[in-house]
Amino acid sequence: MSTPHPAGEWRPGAKSGETWAPEIDPHMRAKHVAKRGLLYSVATFFAVFAALPFAWMVFTIFKTNQDLYNSKNNPFLYNDPPTLDNVRLLFRDTKYPTFLWNTLIVSIGVVIITVVIAVPAAYALTRLVGGWGEGLGIAIFMVYLIPPTLLFIPMTRTVAELGLKNSKWSMVLVYPTFTIPFCVWLMLGFFKSIPWDIEEQAMIDGYSRLGAIWKAVIPLSLPGILTVIVFSTALTLHEFVYALAFVTSSDQKTISIGVTTELVRGDVFFWQSLMAAAAIVAIPVALLYTLFLDKFVAGFTLGAVKG
Amino acid sequence: MNAVTTTPPRIPWTNDEPPAQGRYLRDNTRVLGPVLLLPAIVYIVALVGIPFALAIAYAFSDASVGDQSLNWVGLRNFRAIWGDATFQMALRNTIYFTFVSQAVVIVFASVLAIVLDSDFHGKRLVRFLVLLPWTTPIALAVIAWLWTLDSVYSPLDAILRYVGLLGPGTYFGPGKSMLWLAKPDLARLSILMIHVWRTTPLAAVIVLAGLAGIPKELNEAAAIDGASEARQIFLVRIPLLLPILAVAVLYGVVFTFTDMAVVYILTRGGPMDTTQVLSSWAFFKGVEGTNLAQGAAIALFLFPILVAAAIVMLRFAKRTETV
Repeated sequence: MSTPHPAGEWRPGAKSGETWAPEIDPHMRAKHVAKRGLLYSVATFFAVFAALPFAWMVFTIFKTNQDLYNSKNNPFLYNDPPTLDNVRLLFRDTKYPTFLWNTLIVSIGVVIITVVIAVPAAYALTRLVGGWGEGLGIAIFMVYLIPPTLLFIPMTRTVAELGLKNSKWSMVLVYPTFTIPFCVWLMLGFFKSIPWDIEEQAMIDGYSRLGAIWKAVIPLSLPGILTVIVFSTALTLHEFVYALAFVTSSDQKTISIGVTTELVRGDVFFWQSLMAAAAIVAIPVALLYTLFLDKFVAGFTLGAVKG
Repeated sequence: MNAVTTTPPRIPWTNDEPPAQGRYLRDNTRVLGPVLLLPAIVYIVALVGIPFALAIAYAFSDASVGDQSLNWVGLRNFRAIWGDATFQMALRNTIYFTFVSQAVVIVFASVLAIVLDSDFHGKRLVRFLVLLPWTTPIALAVIAWLWTLDSVYSPLDAILRYVGLLGPGTYFGPGKSMLWLAKPDLARLSILMIHVWRTTPLAAVIVLAGLAGIPKELNEAAAIDGASEARQIFLVRIPLLLPILAVAVLYGVVFTFTDMAVVYILTRGGPMDTTQVLSSWAFFKGVEGTNLAQGAAIALFLFPILVAAAIVMLRFAKRTETV
């Protein structure tokens, strides 16, 4: 780890010359050790609390049935050698590949709709509509907070009337209702950080305003658009309630409902395969999300603090 | 981008002076602005505004899955659900889960933010791990908990048995497992814990972002004045953090109050409907029980908390604008 230490801070094992180590008063030193100890214990507590179910999930994936279900075995060891059979079962004998495929299609659809609608809207709010752009932006962001649990009952009817009942396209249609508000807000921040001069200059050079947007603004806001793509995908993968209300046939299900409703059947749980099904999606999503989290936080704090 | 780097002679064209009417239509900001904004507005009105109006209409009607026509029945649905013991249980549970979990989250998030704000070895790993509960899709995270709290194979039970707290003749005994999800009190405690687990990371990173915004000079000034580290934290940093902490908890309140996935996947409202919350009860009544009208009426009880949240947000937004 290369966490920078401010010069002058005492640290164990510091090579002479690497940092300036002052004369150490034993009392100060004890206090320092106690402080570091407390810091590490608290950090460990939170890490263990957060990771516990995931650790157990990943650990379970590779267990054989005889090992897992034998109550005489120590549950924290691999009493049989670890196996990939459970993952194979998941891909061969369940609809898991279909769920993955549906999730991919829905995500792509949601991302396209979100980018096409949210990016121009955010641009208009920062550049073209004048003083009330900010207020309208906040109003749009508020829509993100309206939960699916409030709207899923009438939404089921809306979806049925559009002929999308029990189809994955219902999710493509409805998910932008929360990705658009969130991403408009996100892009608002990005566009604000791009100086006006750039478009102005492009227009001076003879481009129309649309031309200037296309040639000058869009290339500069690609990081913002990438963030929009990441969060539209993440929010799509996180959604559960609409999916549960709209889709009942297993061919159309996405991961979050497919795994929870199709792979859990009555009393017969294929726990290892179920855990694999969850982990295969959860861990990459978590990684991606963590990478972009600062942007997410900046959005949530209304840009008041930079993440 | 040549357009940016070359410097042609300035022409008199500034922000205050919109493009002359003679230019292309697509240059006219008064047309272009609304045109770019319209799709977003239409999408939101059509797919959030209309369903919301419909939700209210349903709540005052006798709509069911079989017959969705809207006949006005006044407050009949509200009277019916209010008289229902399960609804009252769901309302109590929702309030209990939300406010108790968020009280814990305030403490956890502040501590975790201070930890993540300091330098230590393995910080990036700790950061990734503590964020997992928030960054993982909720349904998949709850599946992991379902297995962790299993009635026979729970590792928590195994640990309790190992340290001698569970089993015949012990503190939690005589059973060999806690039956986390089969006893009403333990099931509620489990749900509460999962809400704490899931919303702490978000609150912590929001508070962390707030910490980064506090000028270092303030701490230094306090240190020079002789304040101990604890005093610096409690008298300088936490007061400055209160507004941002309020925002962090606000999201926690909204997400916990309106969440359905945890209860639906973990207990399906059981045992015997003792862990139902408003959203899950609305789902069981409205979708699985086919009584759309009552389902919609139950879901409407989620609305006041959202209004309260919106008011807090707007105040916060106003503050950040004036700063």
